[in-house]
Amino acid sequence: MRRIITATVQNRSGVLNRVTGMLTKRQFNIESITVGESEKEGISKMTFVIDVADHLKVEQLTKQLNKQIDVIKVQDITDKAHVVRELALIKVSASRQHQAEIQSLILPFRATIIDVSKDSLVVEVTGKPEKINALIELLKSYGIKEITRTGITAFLRGYQPQVSEMNTISI
Amino acid sequence: MSLKVVKKQKEQVQQVTGSDILIDALTEQNVEFVFGYPGGAVLPIYDALYRKKASFQHILTRHEQGAIHAAESYARITGKPGVVLATSGPGATNLVTGIADAMIDSLPLVILTGQVAKGVIGTDAFQEADVIGITTPITKYNYQVNKIEDLPKIIKEAFYIATTGRPGPVVIDIPKNISQELSEPIKVEKNVKVHLQGYQPTIFPNPLQVVKLLESLKHAKKPVVLAGAGVLFAEASCELKQFAEKYQLPVTNTLLGLGSFPGDHPLFLGMAGMHGTYAANMALTECDLLINIGARFDDRLTGNVEHFAPNAKVAHIDIDPAEISKNVDTEIPLVGDAKEVLKLLLKHETETPDHSEWNYHLNQYKKEKPLWYEKPKEHLSPQWLVQQIFEITKGDAIVTTDVGQHQMWAAQYYQFKKPNRWVTSGGLGTMGFGLPAAIGAQLAAPNDTVVSLLGDGGFQMTLQELAVIRERNLPVKVIILNNQALGMVRQWQETFYEKRISESVFSYNPDFIKLAESYGIPGVLIEDERSARNKLEQVFHTDGPIVVDCHIAQSECVNPMVAPGKGLHEMIGVEKE
Repeated sequence: MRRIITATVQNRSGVLNRVTGMLTKRQFNIESITVGESEKEGISKMTFVIDVADHLKVEQLTKQLNKQIDVIKVQDITDKAHVVRELALIKVSASRQHQAEIQSLILPFRATIIDVSKDSLVVEVTGKPEKINALIELLKSYGIKEITRTGITAFLRGYQPQVSEMNTISI
Repeated sequence: MSLKVVKKQKEQVQQVTGSDILIDALTEQNVEFVFGYPGGAVLPIYDALYRKKASFQHILTRHEQGAIHAAESYARITGKPGVVLATSGPGATNLVTGIADAMIDSLPLVILTGQVAKGVIGTDAFQEADVIGITTPITKYNYQVNKIEDLPKIIKEAFYIATTGRPGPVVIDIPKNISQELSEPIKVEKNVKVHLQGYQPTIFPNPLQVVKLLESLKHAKKPVVLAGAGVLFAEASCELKQFAEKYQLPVTNTLLGLGSFPGDHPLFLGMAGMHGTYAANMALTECDLLINIGARFDDRLTGNVEHFAPNAKVAHIDIDPAEISKNVDTEIPLVGDAKEVLKLLLKHETETPDHSEWNYHLNQYKKEKPLWYEKPKEHLSPQWLVQQIFEITKGDAIVTTDVGQHQMWAAQYYQFKKPNRWVTSGGLGTMGFGLPAAIGAQLAAPNDTVVSLLGDGGFQMTLQELAVIRERNLPVKVIILNNQALGMVRQWQETFYEKRISESVFSYNPDFIKLAESYGIPGVLIEDERSARNKLEQVFHTDGPIVVDCHIAQSECVNPMVAPGKGLHEMIGVEKE
């Protein structure tokens, strides 16, 4: 199953290496990692998307992350109300005459064209990974030259409805 | 005018090097010994050692691996961090085995490695290795010092991290420009506690879980305690004994937990696991409540987890939350320091069922299926030898071992009565550990008898450390169980690979007696049983170091055994065929 895990970490050199090294050593399958600064100086936020076999593995994963000296807080937000965003840049082969067509096609995705050349253009899109997948599918018919995706970054929503506590582990 | 003022100020404060600051910081931590080996990138540190007459002793080993194993052993016996110092590149990479060993066996170490100067890091400079990259997966934490001002703080943090929570090794990589840079003396405030936001080990358990365990104890008819090295780190042997006696709980040990419970106690079942006793392994299989105190359910202990404690409710006391349910599903997790958890458990009174029938049942196992061996006709029996050593030393010696058959025989036949007398490489299974470990042990406990029980294979991996034993006149009794083979490898080839004995027998071994003599250490050869006891007694009456070469039967196997992939109840070699 796919889990979205967020971690608040000390922004020290080697922290990313330590965390990804641990994930590799313990054979966790990482789909994506994003890292960036947080609202506090010296503190970074990481978002992992990880494919795990079962809940025991998720528990192991969060505990192993928590065990790292530089990791301050770990949350598995998959089952909680959360917002998720990813950014993708898609370079599409397109001659001039297709530009307008593409322009209208991407409009419902709230994507924008950010670069145009003689035979290609670059579409920027932000959203949930599924939305980005859908747009990529749509653009495939024009021929995709290149894609780069950031991987997701995520957050808990401010409002949390009462949900079952199945993922909280009391120790 | 202004220039003069600056000059005057400079004269007032005497400049020191980063190395001076380092040595002061180590002194502040009450370091007794630094086990090390010099080299280019640590020349400034060794120069400061020479100039400063540090408060601690530097132990010059003959290989960095020797230094780190000695430090591990010192840490195992004293509970204090072992300190290691090595140069950059090959000096640091020679430590890697020891760092991994300390990590998996949770030994507190502070390892100082030299590094090339900051300006050339990343240019593949002479003796440069990416020590941070290499040691990240095998350290609890590591640092590279970037600014001289950070040095005292890093040292203080490193000692704190290494020794608190679940202990482990911490590496501090010190570039040469830092160790030789001049600065005003810097110290950290003595009374300021280290605070790390992301690192706050849990000491006291959740009281609800304590109640849950006591509640389970109320209903358990067949409880058993599995005590691991966590009991030793927490210095909780007394509490463990009280707890076991209060509720009449049978106790078994992991390999590394030996000594945490008296080996001659009526409630003691012996060691559990791959080469454990039948009674211990059957107790784990048949129990309905398993209380694990400070053990990590290693695969050599559990055997096939599918068959491990199939009917038991599992309670697990561990200071590392990540160990809970890692290998064995746990119903009652008690995260905390073993001593504190046991103290809390002892505070409460709980009515428990009578366990005498269960204990009687296990005692029958002990009586009917004890550890056994047959003395080979023409050769010395290694098990018998270990028993003689046990008798002569009255079970009071510190025993260090390598890894393999002799290690298992020591674990089986040397009954440890007291904590911190047993120094062995458990998790990593490092050959060559035993001899340098004896150095650390003897320095940690100068008045105790230290026996270094080795195989001829492991001895030849680190025998150069005999020089240190001689140099320091450490009265270590080095006893080699010499079967001219890598006994455990040979045993597995015989048992599981249809006797295809592949590269596990030495067709040539040096004369260990002459070898010892070349190091200025007397040697004794023991070849037959008749003279063995006498010679061994003389060995233990000798002052100073001695090497004993015991020619034992090559064909001997460690019994009983849980074959790989099998459950604990499927032991082989339980009885004579």
